[in-house]
Amino acid sequence: MSAFDSIPVVPGAADTPPPGGTGTPSSPQSRKPASGHRRLLTRRDRVALGFMAGLPTFLHLALVWVTAFASIALAFTTWDGIGFGSIEWVGLQNFRDLFADNPQFWPAVQHNVIWFVVLIAIPTPLGLFLAVQLDKNIRFSRVYQTAFFLPVVVSMAVIGFVWQLVYNPDTGLINSLIGANKPGHYIDWIGDPDLNLWAVLVAASWRHTGYMMILYLAGLKGVDPSLREASSLDGANEWQTFKNVIFPTLRPTNTIVLVVTIIESLRAFDLVYVFNGGAQGTELLSILVTNNIIGESSRIGYGSAIAVVLLVISLVVIIPYLISTFRKERRA
Amino acid sequence: MHHTPSGLFVPGPSRRTLLRGIGGAAALGAAVPLLSACGDSDSGTDAKTVTLGSNSSDAVPKKAFAEIYAAFTKKTGIKVDVNTKDHNTFQEQINSYLQGTPDDVFTWFAGYRMQFFAGKGLASPIDDVWQKIGSNFPDAMKQLSKGADGKYYFVPLYTYPWAMFYRKSVFKEHGYEVPTTWAQFIALCKQMQKDGLVPIAFGDKDAWPALGTFDQINFRTNGYDFHVELMAGKASWTDAKVRATFDNWAEILPYHQEGSTGRTWQDAAQTLVSKKAGMYLLGTFVGQQFTNATDLADLDFFAFPEIDPSYGQDTVEAPTDGFMLSKSPKNKAGSVQLLEFLGTPEAEQIYLKADPNVVAASTTADTSSYSALQKKAYEMISGAKNLTQFMDRDSRPDFTSTVMQPALQKFIRDPKGIDSLLSSIERQKKTIFASS
Repeated sequence: MSAFDSIPVVPGAADTPPPGGTGTPSSPQSRKPASGHRRLLTRRDRVALGFMAGLPTFLHLALVWVTAFASIALAFTTWDGIGFGSIEWVGLQNFRDLFADNPQFWPAVQHNVIWFVVLIAIPTPLGLFLAVQLDKNIRFSRVYQTAFFLPVVVSMAVIGFVWQLVYNPDTGLINSLIGANKPGHYIDWIGDPDLNLWAVLVAASWRHTGYMMILYLAGLKGVDPSLREASSLDGANEWQTFKNVIFPTLRPTNTIVLVVTIIESLRAFDLVYVFNGGAQGTELLSILVTNNIIGESSRIGYGSAIAVVLLVISLVVIIPYLISTFRKERRA
Repeated sequence: MHHTPSGLFVPGPSRRTLLRGIGGAAALGAAVPLLSACGDSDSGTDAKTVTLGSNSSDAVPKKAFAEIYAAFTKKTGIKVDVNTKDHNTFQEQINSYLQGTPDDVFTWFAGYRMQFFAGKGLASPIDDVWQKIGSNFPDAMKQLSKGADGKYYFVPLYTYPWAMFYRKSVFKEHGYEVPTTWAQFIALCKQMQKDGLVPIAFGDKDAWPALGTFDQINFRTNGYDFHVELMAGKASWTDAKVRATFDNWAEILPYHQEGSTGRTWQDAAQTLVSKKAGMYLLGTFVGQQFTNATDLADLDFFAFPEIDPSYGQDTVEAPTDGFMLSKSPKNKAGSVQLLEFLGTPEAEQIYLKADPNVVAASTTADTSSYSALQKKAYEMISGAKNLTQFMDRDSRPDFTSTVMQPALQKFIRDPKGIDSLLSSIERQKKTIFASS
């Protein structure tokens, strides 16, 4: 991106003297004729600009819109992925099968919702709390910051792998510590449908806390210090300052946090896929899509139908929220 | 950022180089066929090279295969250009691989999985190869190599049986006898439990091991013919016979290792290695986990016990791996020669020398160098009346992976909910098998 930032898209922009420019001063007169030429776009420039605008547009259309519509269209067909001739129109049959007969579908929807609720209820406030503490410039705050943020840098698949070692029923850390790895005492963190979702959510929250912390920390850095001063002059204590002054000014951050969390909970996949492959108790829509589409003799139509359900859920959640937020911001 | 001494930006060269770079990358991206083989398949155009797509990404089989190809090149002067992909990736991409520009010859599995691609016209029939190699194979292998149209599509290389594995020293120490009937088997499980052993080691985290348990109990309870019908989607899962299979399974389920849905097969095998478990139902590849030579020598197996005397122990589950010819090979004559060579005992012996966990598919291969375990496996397979492959090879892979794997995991956790589970399986089976 920085390469683009440095390019003056309007050639005239090059005429403005650099702020506080210490370079060789050149008289404005000597530069004038040159700048007149620069204003005109040469053929080459036009081609270049056309490329710049055209290529991303083309890629965007081809990779986002065409594929999205193709996948919606495929949701109403059956197709095994072999030759376009074998695509067969089946109308709403995929959705009927999905809603009525798939024992994994409704649990998956439920788990995606639980995922969202847990991420909002636990790691988000925790991240905010950590951010507020770190914002006080306590000692070693950089060290804490790095430590809490580290899980966000690590790939989800790696997190899944590390935590399934922790939860391993025979040799895992937890069962070894509490002695639950002997016959008769087993705690099956990975396989037990009453436990595994919560076990995997601990791992997800562990990562999400750091993510939320960084977002809130950035938001807090942007809070005008004079607001704090003013509220302390008014005799507000720390909690009152936070509740009545700081938190309201964090509204843009809260929007981002909410949207990010919704996206995280809907696209949750890699962690669980590595953890236990989405076994009973941890079914997720994204995993159902993958299991149906990837592999030999794949059920592409059926998998697409699940993907469409996921798309509809995302739209239902995101669109009204963004509309109301942007409307409020425009009014403000 | 490029700055001139005057502090002005110099946009020209950097922007154009960048664009050229992007354009080049885009052109490159368009030229590489998406998801197809790794590009080096073009080199097979000359008559002296055959390209081969391989899923043998593990070190031991990869080396063994390389030795076979080297022997082939020495014999015929035809080079084999191998394109090896990760085992699971190969399997997941097989659809697009075969539709794109596949290699001339590729590794695959016998049974329904082979017939599926043969039926879709993605493989070439190789009856001419079989005229030469036919006498090397028993009838059961011939059956496994034919498509639904009766033509040959597959050259088997090696096979391995699924059986109950145990440690000879453990059986000796406690005075256990190898059970041949269901009643003896249950009694043995009870005795092992009393002796503080886990009777049957079990790990189903990857969801496929339970398919193997189902296969054994089902063809012992209902016989080979019903098992085949059930796998082909013809028989109903709500049939009382299937229910009987699950009743039998529920009877031995309490003797299985606890917490199985969170355990990998490797971890389960370790309990057999450490003598904490008495028995383990798996393929002979369980031997891979016995890294110590004395432990491996202590490993033995027996056929899954008889349940219904009218079927006895006549069926053996023996997944078979081998080779197929892609739909339009670039070097057909060379490929046929390669397949003929792969169907000889000579090629099989080269492979078996390197991988002692499997046995030759051919009956004419020399068995003198076999280990005791291999000899037993060989006898078990050659003495079998019927051979099955494995549920995900005998049935539609989409059905087994999206319906049966989660369903059996559910059964293992909650055997009482079997009736609703079976009607759910049957409903889903109908929709999957209805679509072709």
